[in-house]
Amino acid sequence: MSGVRVLAGTRKGAFILISDGKREKWDISGPHFAGWEIYHLKGSPADPNRIYASQSSGWFGQQVQRSNDGGKNWEPVDNKFVYEGVPGTHQWYDGTAHPWEFKRVWHFEPSLNDPDTVYAGVEDAAIFRSTDGGKSWQELPGLRGHGTGPKWQPGAGGMCLHTIVLDPSDAARMYVAISAAGAFRTDDGGTSWKPITKGLHSGFLPDPDAEVGHCVHRIAMHGSRPEVLFMQKHWDVMRSDNAGDSWHEVSGNLPTDFGFVIDVHAHEPETIYVVPIKTDSEHYPPEGKLRVYRSRTGGNEWEPLSKGLPQSNCYVNVLRDAMAVDSLDACGIYFGTTGGQVYASPDSGDTWTPIVRDLPAVLSVEVQTLK
Amino acid sequence: MIRVVLPAHLRTLARVSGEVQLDVDGPITQASVLDALENRYPVLRGAIRDHVTKQRRAFVRFFACEEDLSHESPDAQLPEAVANGTEPFMVVGAIAGGCRVNPVGRA
Repeated sequence: MSGVRVLAGTRKGAFILISDGKREKWDISGPHFAGWEIYHLKGSPADPNRIYASQSSGWFGQQVQRSNDGGKNWEPVDNKFVYEGVPGTHQWYDGTAHPWEFKRVWHFEPSLNDPDTVYAGVEDAAIFRSTDGGKSWQELPGLRGHGTGPKWQPGAGGMCLHTIVLDPSDAARMYVAISAAGAFRTDDGGTSWKPITKGLHSGFLPDPDAEVGHCVHRIAMHGSRPEVLFMQKHWDVMRSDNAGDSWHEVSGNLPTDFGFVIDVHAHEPETIYVVPIKTDSEHYPPEGKLRVYRSRTGGNEWEPLSKGLPQSNCYVNVLRDAMAVDSLDACGIYFGTTGGQVYASPDSGDTWTPIVRDLPAVLSVEVQTLK
Repeated sequence: MIRVVLPAHLRTLARVSGEVQLDVDGPITQASVLDALENRYPVLRGAIRDHVTKQRRAFVRFFACEEDLSHESPDAQLPEAVANGTEPFMVVGAIAGGCRVNPVGRA
């Protein structure tokens, strides 16, 4: 029987929620790695029992944990992330040059085909790869070294590479997003990279149309249409129909186009979801009403989804890695909040229910559909 | 025998309870004790000091004999009471620590 496993990373540990295909009753385990920040957990598409977890602490740094049995047991693997060559400098918050320093792993993206191959997006922004199940990590230095690295600067959350999107139709192509450097694409397996920011406009930049410096919050893709990308930028919801070569805005009738998450329905590549957040200094929903917005037209025309979500006095945030979808026949949508709730909708967003409440602040949500 | 006291999170990570006891060859220094500790428990590499530079992490402190030795040279001799096992070498998570290097954290 099919089922769903939700992997929730929080400010003070990881939690794993399991349900059958009805998605009504949930068994919850955790906290795993209690007291540590779990920025992200993600399972391998090639072997769902293989899960990678980023465990970090302001005191004790980065650990990488690996499970081979769906999160029941964990083993630490290599936590040594060393930049290739002379790390160089990027811009600091005040515009001065600042040396590149590894701080933490924000995001793991396991290979679509090989459980032992996994990419890690880190702060200070870089991408690393392991081909031995996390036992060793090597940087793909062409990203930092492609020329604009010294101009990159941290967003408010740090200079993090937080999004890695793999193209299921082309193993050599992938996308990354960095706050606040922008978005980049490789067409040769990570050797060389180029900015893909044409059409992005950011008013906080001296040149709003600059090649780098955009604060991209999240990029999403539907596997059946890998050339179509959706982006939640600091402000603006954007769309590309040519693999990021150019972007156009699809914010349409959203109440605000600031936000962090964006995701795509598992079976409808033109159905997308965002959670509008009031402003970049007011990280909570407009009017204190938590609403997911859905577009069935690939953007521009949006409908609020609020049934089951708090519609008064709600002032949580939904962070950039905290939305995911399952691939059951009625696509399930999931998101976590900084208030510690994980909400699920088993009917593509029409109705919502909290499948757990009162966790530590949720940093990330991933979903595995189990056969 | 050198006695080392680890903070709770590192005991969990290393899967030990109580004090750790180490045989350390040569001069008894912060560096030699931490080398022996990391050789016994490789998972602690990077958790107390940087992988490459071997610098103490900013919010980790080293105490012994009621003294803060955090700013002593890693190659300075530790007190005789640590060297002869009378007193433990304590790895401590600083009470002021844990704040993120960046001002906001994950968003």
